[in-house]
Amino acid sequence: MHADPRGVLTGVHFLDGDHACCEGTLAAGARFAAGYPITPSTEVVERFAWRIPTVGGIFIQMEDELAASIALQGAVWGGAKAFTVTSGPGFSLMMEHIGYAAITETPCVFVNVQRGGPSTGLPTLPAQADMMQAKWGSHGDYSLIALCPNSPQECFDLTITGFNLAEEFRVPVMMMMDECVGHMTEKVVIPEPDRIEITPRRFTKKSPAEFHLFEPREDLVPDMVKAGEGYRFHVTGLTHDERGYPSMTVETQDKLIRRLQDKLKPFTNGRALFEAENLEDAEVAVVSYGITSRVAQRAIDLARAQGVRAGKFRIISAWPFPEQHICELAKQVKAIVVPELNLGQMVREVERSAAGAAKVISVPHAGGTVHNPEVILKAILEAVR
Amino acid sequence: MSDCAIDIPLDAVNPVEPYLRSERIPHIWCPGCGIGTTVNCFARALENSKANLQKVAIVSGIGCTGRVAGYADLDSFHTTHGRAIPFATGLKLANPELQVVVYSGDGDLFAIGGNHFIHAARRNMDLKVICVNNLTYAMTGGQTGPATPDHVVSTTSPYGVFEPAFNLVQLAEAAGAAYVARWTTFHVKQLSRSMEEIMKKKGFCFIEIISPCPTLYQRRNKMGDGLDTMKFYKEVSKIRHGAPTSECGLTKSGEIVVGKFVDRDRPGYFEMLTAQMNETLGDRYALPEVSCGEC
Repeated sequence: MHADPRGVLTGVHFLDGDHACCEGTLAAGARFAAGYPITPSTEVVERFAWRIPTVGGIFIQMEDELAASIALQGAVWGGAKAFTVTSGPGFSLMMEHIGYAAITETPCVFVNVQRGGPSTGLPTLPAQADMMQAKWGSHGDYSLIALCPNSPQECFDLTITGFNLAEEFRVPVMMMMDECVGHMTEKVVIPEPDRIEITPRRFTKKSPAEFHLFEPREDLVPDMVKAGEGYRFHVTGLTHDERGYPSMTVETQDKLIRRLQDKLKPFTNGRALFEAENLEDAEVAVVSYGITSRVAQRAIDLARAQGVRAGKFRIISAWPFPEQHICELAKQVKAIVVPELNLGQMVREVERSAAGAAKVISVPHAGGTVHNPEVILKAILEAVR
Repeated sequence: MSDCAIDIPLDAVNPVEPYLRSERIPHIWCPGCGIGTTVNCFARALENSKANLQKVAIVSGIGCTGRVAGYADLDSFHTTHGRAIPFATGLKLANPELQVVVYSGDGDLFAIGGNHFIHAARRNMDLKVICVNNLTYAMTGGQTGPATPDHVVSTTSPYGVFEPAFNLVQLAEAAGAAYVARWTTFHVKQLSRSMEEIMKKKGFCFIEIISPCPTLYQRRNKMGDGLDTMKFYKEVSKIRHGAPTSECGLTKSGEIVVGKFVDRDRPGYFEMLTAQMNETLGDRYALPEVSCGEC
């Protein structure tokens, strides 16, 4: 289906990434946001609070991030498309409810505009150091999707993608922005509503008597339902059977937890989002994501100018990790350079996926600003030496 | 057959059965526990208030009382520890035609969830909060909670509690609740009536139910079993409707003031939201359509 025109601000805009992300949520059909102020993410909900009363929806500023991250899930079970927005310390507080969304298969979006950490860290400066936290931060085994925009335009586009994927797979989706992408202002084109594809919630067509809340379809994803329709369903964070009732057996745990992992297999098998350029003849590939991919671009251009065959692989969907693509890439090039605004997080995934087929070189940065392209260039040159 | 046998017709139906998921019975609660009694009262309140059960949702946190949601035959949500109220807030805001009941324990609502309680009361969010106060963390083995009275022995206060407890009804009133009552599990009729009242009352409503935990609280404090506790409640409870909540604090073995303390009208969250938006935006204000048939 297409976007509801009431939420779509069609036109050419000059927006920062935070505001563009907000427009993405509205275009995607989000009509509920719960937030708590935290730099550098607050502008997303500030704009939502400003826009939503004329679109028709609810913004509520909750008392903390714990409340925001569960209020949105209440709204989803009430029938809403909903999201919350935060940064580092707030993201840490939201971890429990990312787990709750995972086990209850609540489709929703968490926007994390990353800043330097740990703890209060660098409130106004960028980092990409929550990447592992996004995947592993809540306890237990579960799976989710994380997307990394590298421009305000992508903050708009990928937010819509994020909402659509949340509905398709019934997982929490992490929008892993960073302070630079959130605060940089660029041209953002918002298309006509009928050019924006929206994945509708897959509500069950079964009667309450036939319906089991967590009975998966062939794609391993169960159909959705909302409160107030007579289904009298039960949702719990406890390990549960297909009726949604708690079941503390090894068998139920095994079946549920494996399905939560397996339903995202399409992502590791070809659905991953990425951007590849100049890889056909490349002897070295730079694997990057988010703001760092734009600095890496400069380094790749400089390397090419010196006659070094460098190519770009930009990760857009960071989780599930695009391991097949990296595995194939590693067979094709001599070395992979991985710059990121952390002390080496996603590089571990790259190394694991490359499985020794190519040399993997980490270009870490503690955060606070972006890399100097010369540093990445140096790593590229050393890689081919 | 003993002399006191009662003739029950074979086709008799327990009047609360339509409100419970009978396939999930037996429940997990201990003999003598008061939670089942409160659920019975709740079922009767649903019956008497003639609530449209399709439009009643129940939200619980974690703990013994947190399990209530799983036994009520309603749209039910067993959420995370302390977060039943913010979950219920989202549910209510997305789908205002739902009557949202929060049913949880004293530790869940007032320690880990205390912040959410006061803010929902401040907003006068239209939630019906029922707190079974067994004065302890029961699910985890009987630790001190935010409502455990002075001098009580618990597993984490083996030499006696010395921190002052919250007076839950005073806290609720101060934070802005529209309705505040307290009963014990001895007062089943009154409790049922209070529950029925809040199903019809707008705004943030709060009922505290003092309830026994014979397995952990009563046993460790040598207060007898479930039946002894009923006798104790009968003996020490004083019904004082409208009593100042500041005078309703609990002690280990002293008077338990019960009754309806607060019943007032404050504008609800939606009323305040609509009024403010109409004032500022006029015709540009679009009424929230959050829940989608096909979104």
